Amino acid sequence: MKWRQVAAVLLLALCGAAMLPLQGRLAREAQAAHFRKTSLDIDLRERIGQAGFLAALSGFRSPLAAILWIEAHAAWENTEWGRMAGLFDTVTTLQPRSLTYWDMASWHMAWNASIAALQNEKQASEALRIKAQREYIHLGRDFLERGIKNNPDRYQLYLQLAVLLRDKLEDHCAASEAFAKAASFPDAPSYAARFAGYELAKCPGRERDAYEKLRALWVQGEKQRLPSLINLLRDMENRLDIPADERIDSAPAFRQN
Amino acid sequence: MRLAVVVWAIGRNTLTDLVRQKVFYFLLIFGLLVIGNSAFIAKLSFQEQFQMLKDISLGAMSVFSSLLAILATANFLPKDMEDRTIYTILAKPVPRHCYLLGKLCGILALLAIAILLMSGLFLGVLWLGESAALAETRAQFASASPEDLALAIKEVTASTFNANLLPGILIIFIKAALLASLTLFISTFATSSIFTILMAVALYFIGHLQATAREYWLSGVDVEWWSRLLTAIVALLFPDLQAFNLTDDIIAGTAISLKLFLGTAALGGIYIAVYFALSAFVFSGREL
Repeated sequence: MKWRQVAAVLLLALCGAAMLPLQGRLAREAQAAHFRKTSLDIDLRERIGQAGFLAALSGFRSPLAAILWIEAHAAWENTEWGRMAGLFDTVTTLQPRSLTYWDMASWHMAWNASIAALQNEKQASEALRIKAQREYIHLGRDFLERGIKNNPDRYQLYLQLAVLLRDKLEDHCAASEAFAKAASFPDAPSYAARFAGYELAKCPGRERDAYEKLRALWVQGEKQRLPSLINLLRDMENRLDIPADERIDSAPAFRQN
Repeated sequence: MRLAVVVWAIGRNTLTDLVRQKVFYFLLIFGLLVIGNSAFIAKLSFQEQFQMLKDISLGAMSVFSSLLAILATANFLPKDMEDRTIYTILAKPVPRHCYLLGKLCGILALLAIAILLMSGLFLGVLWLGESAALAETRAQFASASPEDLALAIKEVTASTFNANLLPGILIIFIKAALLASLTLFISTFATSSIFTILMAVALYFIGHLQATAREYWLSGVDVEWWSRLLTAIVALLFPDLQAFNLTDDIIAGTAISLKLFLGTAALGGIYIAVYFALSAFVFSGREL
């Protein structure tokens, strides 16, 4: 090796040393902004194979995730629910910031796979069919909860979790919490806060709290005063025995309408 | 001023030469990939369709631009020596670093045009997809309240165009430019283009592990001395290519701040400048 080449390599090492602080600072900034957080570990290596792992390491996580998603879609067409769950797990590990993948994975498991398990003609025992159905619903919930852990800065998965808790598990207290969490984001749709109240109204022992929250929404103005909200408030006023002068029908804004 | 004219002339000739080599034919494959992919995934939900389209298109842009950067740069020095054009150029009052700079500028122009064309095709297909999805949504929500329609439209537009895609595409260009500069450095002491390509591809993979090696080394984990030495060598000699892999998360909807984008662009600029300076240093002493 000629002296110039040796000197060039030494200079390169010096420049590399000088750039270490910038590289470290950028990596920390990127991670704080939810970039470069994917954990590419041995478990993932076993699931996607050597070539896939190399592709993921080399900056091709998203195309690899897309290919595996298409594979999962093919598995769906063949109703291979177990294989789908495994592929969804890999896709969401590769692209943990993609809300679409978490949302669709959860929907497939909690809605499609759970119904298919309940209607499985090959399983004679109804108890086992119901057990399988519950397992798929919980798998769907697990996808959403892991999705939320990876995307705590976005409201969409909280909304989906709330819908799942409400419609599939009928856990109205937890559904209300999830809707309320979604509503706390400034860009969340206005119905999230209303739905949090509706679910809280079905939560045993929280009726008074729910009434106050729903009334606070009603006070916000026309945008929140939908028939469903007004009807529920009237019903709760009767059930909670709210004094006549405190009821919404006696409020000036309502009388004008 | 005279040197700038020389660099401009060499850069323009390099670009013309590369275009004559029909390198843009790869765009046909890119087009097939993007349009074919869109046709294939038409049966998925629109959120899935747009996610796939962005995943595949930006991934393909990154692959094609990286390959183009390595192959175009690795080829020019051996080719100029074989054609003897390098002797004609350097026999004139053209400093060697100007020759290299002109060549690098020509390759960067080629990369810029290629990425621009791929971006145009990708954004065009995305726009067509969005228009179709919006028309379908408007038809479905014709009898719904304006608030519900606005929400549905917001959901469609949020899953298609995203202002962060543009810095993402720029970072793909910066990464390709870095690879061109790195390949240029290798080619100044390499004896054949095959050696240069193999080295550049190997460095591409090692560069993606540099961040891991750097963290391992700097964390001071008590391991064997040779293991720490190896990670130190990787951390010091190789570029941190993971720093330029932001598009995966941008596609997923993560917003990139101006500070992070400028920091990444600055890191890319420094790498390009360092590799070019070292290329000029080695090439100035090379016997031709």
